[in-house]
Amino acid sequence: MTWICSRRRGRALLVAMAGLWLFDAAQADVGQIKVATGQVSVERKGQSLPGRVGLVLESEDVLRTGADGAVGITMRDNSLLSAGPNSILTLEHFEFDPTTSDGRFDARLRRGTLAVVSGRIAKKSPQAMTVRTPSAVLGVRGTEFVVSVDE
Amino acid sequence: MNRLACAAVVAAMLLAACAGPKETVVLLPNPGGQDTAVTVTQGTRQVVLAQPYAGARLGPNGAEAFPSNAQQVRAQYGPALAAQPLPPAQFTLFFVEGKDEFTDESKRIVDSVFAEIAKRPIADVIVIGHTDTVGNDAANDALSRQRAEVVRAAFAARGLASDKVVTIGRGKRELAVSTGDGVAEPRNRRVEILVR
Repeated sequence: MTWICSRRRGRALLVAMAGLWLFDAAQADVGQIKVATGQVSVERKGQSLPGRVGLVLESEDVLRTGADGAVGITMRDNSLLSAGPNSILTLEHFEFDPTTSDGRFDARLRRGTLAVVSGRIAKKSPQAMTVRTPSAVLGVRGTEFVVSVDE
Repeated sequence: MNRLACAAVVAAMLLAACAGPKETVVLLPNPGGQDTAVTVTQGTRQVVLAQPYAGARLGPNGAEAFPSNAQQVRAQYGPALAAQPLPPAQFTLFFVEGKDEFTDESKRIVDSVFAEIAKRPIADVIVIGHTDTVGNDAANDALSRQRAEVVRAAFAARGLASDKVVTIGRGKRELAVSTGDGVAEPRNRRVEILVR
């Protein structure tokens, strides 16, 4: 009996995990590059794309700016992220329900400078947006801040 | 010899000070005026930045709070702040009861929408149609979609490519003014337009 129960639970977990995976794979349009100056590239699934104005972004994209580069993006929840020169910014995870504003947004700054204006996800739920640096987790309860990481 | 050792210690301290922080966080003033804060968590330690220009330097010994200011922020973050996209702009157009025709006043708002689009190197536009609570769900869903499509067509007539516009119909699900069912309410017969 215990064995049956646990097997059932295991199967439910598998189904739930498959669902999560599908949901993640569906997050193809999470934002767009609105501003780009100097050298900007986007790393996606091992490929490097030119970071031009208009490029539609996906979860897990890594944005890199050169010594003369800067990039500004608008996410689907209206969050605004902009990075200065010599920056590496990863959009680790983004999911957003435009009807309810529920979702989750995790970004990571590995290097450089970043300005953030939080959007609907953080407004709906103060735990739902984070920006990670190499040593800390920033919890975004609202609106505007800047963060830098020197190497 | 003693003096030399002393000088070496002072030099090391100066160097450490010059090396500066590896990571810095500064909360900026919020023009919207709502509550604003950033929590900085390192392991089990947490610092909360809740005042404009409150800063934290993150070192091996945890987060150390410091007061920053507008000049410091401009000096360190100028290029990042200069690359910030324009904030999304929102507009509302109102409709004649039961129809997909805008009210006269709303025709003027369309001019403001186009002014906002013109400010941006690349704009995406989201058009969300709504209805009041007169009629059933199916009819209102159709009417709300039709209203959004009318706006898309009006924008296309003024030269905005249709593929730049996403239309959504929400029927009577998201009322601007909450009413009972079957209530004709002009403020609910609307289309919201978001220019990003």
